[in-house]
Amino acid sequence: MTAVVVVLAVSAGAGRYLHWGVISISMTNLLIIVAMVIVFVLAIVLPFPGRTRQPEREREDRP
Amino acid sequence: MTAEFRAPGVPGEADAGGEAGRSRSWTAALRRRLGALVPPGQLLPDRQPVYVASWIYVFGVLTLAALVVVLLSGGWLAVGGAAWWHVSSLGRFVNSLHLWSVELFFAFMVIHLWGKFWMAAWRGNRALTWITGVVAFVLSIATAFTGYLSQSNFDAQWISTQAKDGLNSIGFGAWFNVLNPGQMLLWHVVLLPLAVGLLTVVHVVLVRRHGVVPPLDAGGGE
Repeated sequence: MTAVVVVLAVSAGAGRYLHWGVISISMTNLLIIVAMVIVFVLAIVLPFPGRTRQPEREREDRP
Repeated sequence: MTAEFRAPGVPGEADAGGEAGRSRSWTAALRRRLGALVPPGQLLPDRQPVYVASWIYVFGVLTLAALVVVLLSGGWLAVGGAAWWHVSSLGRFVNSLHLWSVELFFAFMVIHLWGKFWMAAWRGNRALTWITGVVAFVLSIATAFTGYLSQSNFDAQWISTQAKDGLNSIGFGAWFNVLNPGQMLLWHVVLLPLAVGLLTVVHVVLVRRHGVVPPLDAGGGE
């Protein structure tokens, strides 16, 4: 069991990090942030299903 | 104290006589106050303004859905305990479910935050809605942090030893000791989820009260 843990720990490694001056970020976290930005942009540009239905009353009388 | 007995009957009966005829009991006052929190029909509306038909408006409710999974899986972990979530297959599955629902919770919440920031969602008397969202976000980070400290593994030990100096330097260490796993676990499963949950309820009620903020080019937001 101990050997398995050691093998897994060695194979996992320390991960790859990117450095720009004082900024240091793991490749994993950078890819996650990039993926979130892509999802954000897609959420803005992709049409929503049923968007062409008749406009419904807008609640402009809200406080 | 004046005792007033009313037979159970017509809703809104207490308001029938206007201000003068209103019951002065605290239950009636609380009922009126709760009833006035959200405009009639807006608590769970089945119709929305047309501008809500956009993917960027989906991320608020996705965050809520992820939070529900986080709370349910966290409750399940609390029932089983640390030994269970470390050694049993089902325990490890629920542990992973908790972790990944948290990951999605934060991803959805941050995208929700980006969307609301760029459409200046504090317009139209929505400042408190924005502020409750920001505070809920900060408290969620604290909740996740104490969650990492409650894993009961080497990762938790490493994170706690890395965090203690920073927290001690600002004077928090005396009452928020990251090297005390029992204290961190209780913050994680009681105090912080309670605060996040309450703020989330207030945030959603405020959204229902003021309506979903329109895009900048739609008008009607101010």
